Order: sequence, then structure tokens, then C-alpha cells
Amino acid sequence: MSLARRIIPCLDTDGARVVKGVNFAGLRDAGDPVALAARYNTEGADELVVLDIAASRDRRPTFLETIRRVAAELSIPLTAGGGIRTLEDGRAVVRAGADKITVNTAAVARPELISELSREFGAQAVVLAIDAKRQGDHWDVMVRGGRESASLDALEWARTGVSYGTGEILLTSVDRDGTQCGFDVALTAAISGSVSVPVIASGGAKLAEHFVEIFREGAADAALAASIFHDEVQPIRPLKEFLAANGIEVRLPC
Amino acid sequence: MRVTLIDYGAGNVPSVERALQRLGAETERSCSAQDITAAQAIVLPGVGHFSALVRALDQQKIRQPLADAIQEGVPYLGICLGLQALFESSEEAPDLAGLGLLPGRVCSLPCNVKLPHMGWNQVALAGRGSQLLAGSGSSTFFYFAHSYAAPDSNGSTVATCFHGAPFVAVLEKENIFGVQFHPEKSGDAGSRVLENFLRMAMAA
Repeated sequence: MSLARRIIPCLDTDGARVVKGVNFAGLRDAGDPVALAARYNTEGADELVVLDIAASRDRRPTFLETIRRVAAELSIPLTAGGGIRTLEDGRAVVRAGADKITVNTAAVARPELISELSREFGAQAVVLAIDAKRQGDHWDVMVRGGRESASLDALEWARTGVSYGTGEILLTSVDRDGTQCGFDVALTAAISGSVSVPVIASGGAKLAEHFVEIFREGAADAALAASIFHDEVQPIRPLKEFLAANGIEVRLPC
Repeated sequence: MRVTLIDYGAGNVPSVERALQRLGAETERSCSAQDITAAQAIVLPGVGHFSALVRALDQQKIRQPLADAIQEGVPYLGICLGLQALFESSEEAPDLAGLGLLPGRVCSLPCNVKLPHMGWNQVALAGRGSQLLAGSGSSTFFYFAHSYAAPDSNGSTVATCFHGAPFVAVLEKENIFGVQFHPEKSGDAGSRVLENFLRMAMAA
């Protein structure tokens, strides 16, 4: 009996539709978030993340409506974020039905945002999203969709985030994102080993072996991916069966 | 069967409401003493900080009506913080009193494991069987998201979970039911737990 490692599909949306593309380039439609959410709920996903990658102010009401419709389909936890800048933004997302809120760029600019959200909703509801990129002997925190360096050490920032009250870290390797050549094991192991909260690994997954590796060697508590789940390159149930066969504790719903 | 859902502003009220409605229950969200006094069954969904919950009980002046209703035998289900609130106090907010319907203090999980205890975990029956867990196999997973846990109290514990140390996952004492996990976020397994509660509340 122990805590299962989680498999988390991620819906990157433009507010209304799921989109695919690397760093906003060549975005293409990848489906209806509500239909995908319903599918993942029954297929045995452990959680769902919905992000607004456009994060523009005028699309906000559309995104909140998407969260509401997605939440209505789910009997598993829902994390939402993208463009959360204030406590009020966080409240709107929680009221729409999210269990957890992700913060990224705005928290780098003003870490107090983390403590404000944590005080109101509890640490378990605040997920610090860190986009990290290798820079010589360390990893740099990247902001604005992974395009700009924040001149901040990722390990340092992860520890700071925890001290401000984040309950979980969603760690994306900018180097691996979209490459499908596997999660960044070294990065994930380094962050996971230096913080007291769970770490979700993201970026680079394709093969089932990549998941085994990130749990076994990367010390990830959860693993997140997008298109390989949407396109059923890696359907969730067989992936979990593969992990179980490799001795990794997962939840296999009946 | 109408279930009174205590709505003190916790984030998970809508999902608990939806989960109960899917099972055919009529629900009312309320934070009024009058509704609690008249309730047929009460669910207290809670998530977040212990202080937010007990402060809300005082601000809304429902601490006493809630304690009275539970003591008079109204079926009660406490979810996560709603379970922890039954106890005298919590390490999370040492100066504030809980409902005090069960003796003991809610304590932090050990710090040699990752906290919050977040994700899907299994529970083990403590021996005398569980009404809430009827129909759940021993390998069933439930979704947890918490850093504090309730103490064993006069044999009310019917199932435990383990994260660094064993802790109370499910408690049952007459009309008082509590789950540390979130049945509203635990898929079909969670739905079965809520269904069991509704059936018992209806029979009460």
C-alpha cells in the first residue's frame, strides 16, 4: 500500500479549443476540451490539467466557461491555469470548478501571489509551474511561455516557491518539450530531491519506457503529457498496465 | 432524500454537490443555522486550512447548531477538513477549537515524506468492517490531498491509510461518518462511498 504515481493528461487551450504546437508556433486544433476530459475521466487518468496558453484578458470568460464545462465531466481532480496574475484570477478559476491553480510568470515577478493563493485555498491547491532550461551547469527558469529567461536558478526557485506555500511543482523541461525523446531525468531528479512537495514531470514523453524512467530514476511523483494522450499514441490504460508490470505503483480503475 | 451541504466557501462544494446529484440526491447549499437545524443529512466538504473552516463556522454562527444536529443523530459526513473538524483541535491552527465531538488533536503527517500527501492511495480496513467502504475491494484507490490527519479516537477508525505513518482514512461512529480522502474526486470508487452514505442516511 503506497501512494500511486500519477498520470496526468494536459489540455493546452486557446481558451475554447485544445491546441497543439511548440511555443505558440504553428498552433493547430486538437479537439474539444470537454470531449477529451470525458474520455480521460473514464480511461483512468489520475488528474487533468487545463491551461490557457493564450492567456489574454479578453479570452478569460471563454476559458472560465471551458473550465466549468470540463469540471462538470470529471470525477477526478482538475488543475487549471495560464495567465493567473492575481488572487482574484485564482478565485475565478476555483469558482469555475478547478481544484488546483497553476501559477508561473506572475509568481516569478511577485512570489507573494503564491502565499496569497495558498492562504485562501490551502497549499494543496497551489501548483507552481516551472519551465526550466539547461544553462551550463544549472537550469534557468524561463517565463512567458518558455521564451524568456528570468535569470533565476530553477532549484533555487523551486525551494523559494515551497517556502511561499506552493503544494506541488509542475516542472517542464523546455529543452525536451515537444521533442518526444523522453523526460529530463536529471532535471526532475534534481528538483524532486531538493523540495518537500510532490513534483510533476513534463516535457518530452513519447514511449511507455520514458514514464518508467521518470518515475524510477527521475523521482517524479506524477508525469504529464499532452499530444501523445490526445492522439492515443500512448493510451492511458495500457500505459498504466505497462508501468504496473514494471513494478511501479499505479491506480488501475476497475 | 435531501442533503444539506455546508457551504462555507470551500472550493470543493460544487463537485461534492454534483457527485451527490448524480446519485439522485436532492441537495441544498447552506450556511444558515436554521437549515442545519432542520437538516435530514449533513455533508461538510472541506479543503484548505483548518482555521478557514472553524472561523467560518463561528462567523456564520453555525458551530453550535451543527454540533447539536450531529449529537441529536442527524447523519453527518465530513470530507477531508470536514472529518478533521470533528476533533478538539488541530496542530494546523493550535489556538482554534474544533467541534470537539471526538476527542483528540489532528496532527501533521511525518515530515520524512513528501507533503501534502497528494494523489491516489489505498486504505486498509481496521477490523470491524466499514459501512462507507461496503462494496470497495481492498485494492481500491481514493484521492487524497492533505498534510494533517486525525488521531484514532475510541475505536471510531474503520480504515487507515499510510503515508510515512498510518493515519485515519475513514471513521464511523453511530451517525458520524468521516473520510480523509475526497470521494467527489475519487471516480467510481468515491461515488460508491457517497452512495453508501446516502443509503444509511435514508435508513436513519
